[in-house]
Amino acid sequence: MYRSIFNIVSGTSAWVLGALWLLPLIYAFWAAFHPAEYATRFALDAPLTLEHFYTAWEQAPFPRYMLNTLLITGLILGFQLVLCTLAGYALARIQFTGRGIVFALILLQLMVMPEILIVENYQTLADLNMLDTHLGVGLPYLASAFGIFLLRQTFKTVPQELEDAALIEGCSRLQLIWKVYVPLAKPTYLAYSLVSVSYHWNNFLWPLVVTNTENSRPLTVGLAIFGAPESGVEWPVICAGTLIAVGPLLALFLIFQRQFVQSFMHTGIK
Amino acid sequence: MFKRSKLWLAAGLTALAAGTAQAKTDLTMYYPVAVGGPLTKIVDGMISDFEAKNPDIDVNAIYAGNYNDARIKALAALKSGKPAQLSVMFSIDLHELRDLDAIVPFEDVVESAEDKQWLKSFYPTLMQNGTADEKTWGIPFQRSTIVMYYNKDAFRDAGLNPEQPPQTWDQLVSMGQKLTQKDATGNVARWGAMIPSTGYPYWMFGALTKQNGEVLMNRAGNETYFDKPEVIEALSFWKDLGQKHQVMPQGTIEWGTLRQNFLEQKTAIMWHSTGNLTTVKKNAKFDFGVAMLPAQKELGSPTGGGNFYIFKDSSAEERQAALKLIRHMTAPEQAAQWSINTGYMGISPAAYDTKALQDYVVQFPPAAVARDQLEHATAELSTHQAGRVRKLLDDAIQAALTGQKTPADALQGAQKQAKRILARY
Amino acid sequence: MKKLNTLYAWLLLLPALVLLVSFTHAPTILTVWDSFFFAGRAGQPARFAGTENYLLMLEDEVFWQVMANNAWYLIGTVPTSIAIALMMALWVNSKLSGRSLLRLAYFTPTILPMIAVANIWLFFYSPEIGLFNKILDAVGADPVNWLGDPDWALPSLMLITVWKEAGFFMIFYLAALQTINPELNQAATLEGSSRWNSFRRITFPLLLPTTLFVMVNAVLNAFKLVDHLFILTKGGPNNATNLLLYYIYENAFSFFDTHYAATLTVVMLIMLMLLAAIQFGWLERRIHYR
Repeated sequence: MYRSIFNIVSGTSAWVLGALWLLPLIYAFWAAFHPAEYATRFALDAPLTLEHFYTAWEQAPFPRYMLNTLLITGLILGFQLVLCTLAGYALARIQFTGRGIVFALILLQLMVMPEILIVENYQTLADLNMLDTHLGVGLPYLASAFGIFLLRQTFKTVPQELEDAALIEGCSRLQLIWKVYVPLAKPTYLAYSLVSVSYHWNNFLWPLVVTNTENSRPLTVGLAIFGAPESGVEWPVICAGTLIAVGPLLALFLIFQRQFVQSFMHTGIK
Repeated sequence: MFKRSKLWLAAGLTALAAGTAQAKTDLTMYYPVAVGGPLTKIVDGMISDFEAKNPDIDVNAIYAGNYNDARIKALAALKSGKPAQLSVMFSIDLHELRDLDAIVPFEDVVESAEDKQWLKSFYPTLMQNGTADEKTWGIPFQRSTIVMYYNKDAFRDAGLNPEQPPQTWDQLVSMGQKLTQKDATGNVARWGAMIPSTGYPYWMFGALTKQNGEVLMNRAGNETYFDKPEVIEALSFWKDLGQKHQVMPQGTIEWGTLRQNFLEQKTAIMWHSTGNLTTVKKNAKFDFGVAMLPAQKELGSPTGGGNFYIFKDSSAEERQAALKLIRHMTAPEQAAQWSINTGYMGISPAAYDTKALQDYVVQFPPAAVARDQLEHATAELSTHQAGRVRKLLDDAIQAALTGQKTPADALQGAQKQAKRILARY
Repeated sequence: MKKLNTLYAWLLLLPALVLLVSFTHAPTILTVWDSFFFAGRAGQPARFAGTENYLLMLEDEVFWQVMANNAWYLIGTVPTSIAIALMMALWVNSKLSGRSLLRLAYFTPTILPMIAVANIWLFFYSPEIGLFNKILDAVGADPVNWLGDPDWALPSLMLITVWKEAGFFMIFYLAALQTINPELNQAATLEGSSRWNSFRRITFPLLLPTTLFVMVNAVLNAFKLVDHLFILTKGGPNNATNLLLYYIYENAFSFFDTHYAATLTVVMLIMLMLLAAIQFGWLERRIHYR
């Protein structure tokens, strides 16, 4: 008796919370698909329209922003995977002087994230003449302490015998990493990639500071200046723009959500 | 993108046909947008017009967000060695831009007698924020004042004459009280008036102080007058509108959503930039009017908005090309069209003499209110270290409106700190 | 062999280290250095300031307000996010019907950029026309000026932060829960221990490493998640929602005072180091962290 009441209460709260969590997305769909006068009032008989998508599409170069975001996130992820693999392997499997110190220095970045050092990093980027470039947006993130840490932990679980066997077969170190370690760490790569992509897809402050034009401006910054409250908030158009912007990622997530969650469950992220 | 390359092609062909291999001048300009409507499209249109008329000049106009963003981006570009020869930036950035040694006076750029005449063709009030040390540093472009938008239907509804909006502070209060409507549960369904207090509170406050017969700073931008009795009185009045007279909500009122509030008839009166005029006109589902702000001792509003600046880091040809572009963008016909499309004011008497704008004013009289108010207008708060000083005043205003400090305490504190900051200048 | 190994290890580490040093360690040191200078006027070189910037900071009322806000922001968002994330994970991991839909609902905020949803939250919070006050009105409660009242503004922002991060943290708890042997809980239940007791005695201790991980991330977010301030409050009213990182941004990019911004950044760095030491120290004693 007591248990079943508990179950009902718990189940209801779970769904209430779920509804609350979905509310902004639901509202975005509502405002984007209905005429402007229904943006702040809700009626079942409100007619549907696509005009806000048209307006949003006209007002901001979304395809260009999207391309920039794709290039930036892709660039970052590619570098991260390679650099973190190399560093993670060195820290996991090679005994060398100074390993502890190096590892500690790397872990420092877990706490001192590039966001906090925007002022100095902005200066560095200006000195390198890389403001307003895709690589410039990515540069401070290419080496990721989190990625190095994760991969080091995963590589440590790989049995030493596998490495020894491969070395006896005459594999070089790089071949060894590629043929033994990388395949075994697949779930970690997947999970890390998803964290990285969702992080950089959403990143705002740093790109805001270092991008100046459409040449490198990602979606988040584009959306921010597109929907800036200074110009008077037009929710329907902003919502349409938001949906255009998050649509691809949302669709990808819907399709891959099972794999996504599963990959998390099998990694060392816990 | 395609449009631009086509223009390139057209320009190239024209040059070839003329048989003269002209060197092209490339210009890069940053510009901000701070009011509603598809302004970027309009600017792009004006630029393509210019490029078509001047095939030897290629303009890259970059929309950079709000005024603050535009300034950061333009200065960042300069700093990192990327080209930017001119930009539209906040008219009140003047002193800071000079301190950074980033801009040149137009007197150094204009050559012909005609150009010199042109410098004098704008409304003098609009030049107040653009001149310093007897030189002209900024040319008015997207300029505005604050006006009072009011809902005529609500006036009728409250038994007021819709053609007689409040002309004094007292009337603002008394009419505001009649216009404030409560629903059955005692909650306010429609407020009498709203003056926004986020985004640009110091700007709205500039209007109230001017109406009370005081200004916020000296022309050199190294002294502020935040603690003068008239200024404190002005803030007390603003606060009382909410707390004592209850014609306005308490706490701060969001700049960005205010227009929506007005359009949804949640407030009968709003003070807002003229830059919203066209959007309000397009979206209002009721009869609305536009009037000058009310007076206490006198009428008044600060001017606002953006000016054209030419950057120091540019060649002589680039400066001439930039001047050409600015002259195009501020020519009477362009200025008239810009004003009609956006609600920003025509920046010169000549703009209001064009047929287009004259017709528009006849057909839509509110379009002339900003101009008529100009003779009562004053400069917008502009000092050295403008960002910091502005924030001091903004914080003081918000502290008073939210009841954290008394108006006197808040403003005296702000004045003390502003004085310390400006002591170096 | 050892020498060769060392050389090899350094070669593998080199690219990552160069980047980390250039964008984390060097700027950290430069920040500290910069905080001891004043900006020169109009192209003049910077002047040595000694501890002047720090003294100015200690006198700066806004700085103290920002620090207090950040402390509240931390206290308000970290435990709440962790608790909600854990609850979500337990629900989604249970036999609740439709749990995959629920999981999706919880996770969506992770995909929506903060900057985009901030505008939607602006609508929810808008006093006269917004959703929350409409709901309050429907139940007969007094309207609240969510973002315009200094008492409500910061909590309103905290809610958005919790909403944004809880679903992300849930995933980590979920992953950990799946690795816990269900027999452990079954055994406990057979022994007659209550659901709460078995959670407290078996599940929760096993989740401690995850809690550490989540907590570190939540603490970091409390310092770096300021995106919504740009749209919603810009730190207002009267700095009621101003947070340290936003204040650093304001100083550096609106006031062009990079040296004062550097001084503030040093404070941020010190706090992060302290918090890291506390968290790792405290939890190290409680769990075996491999």
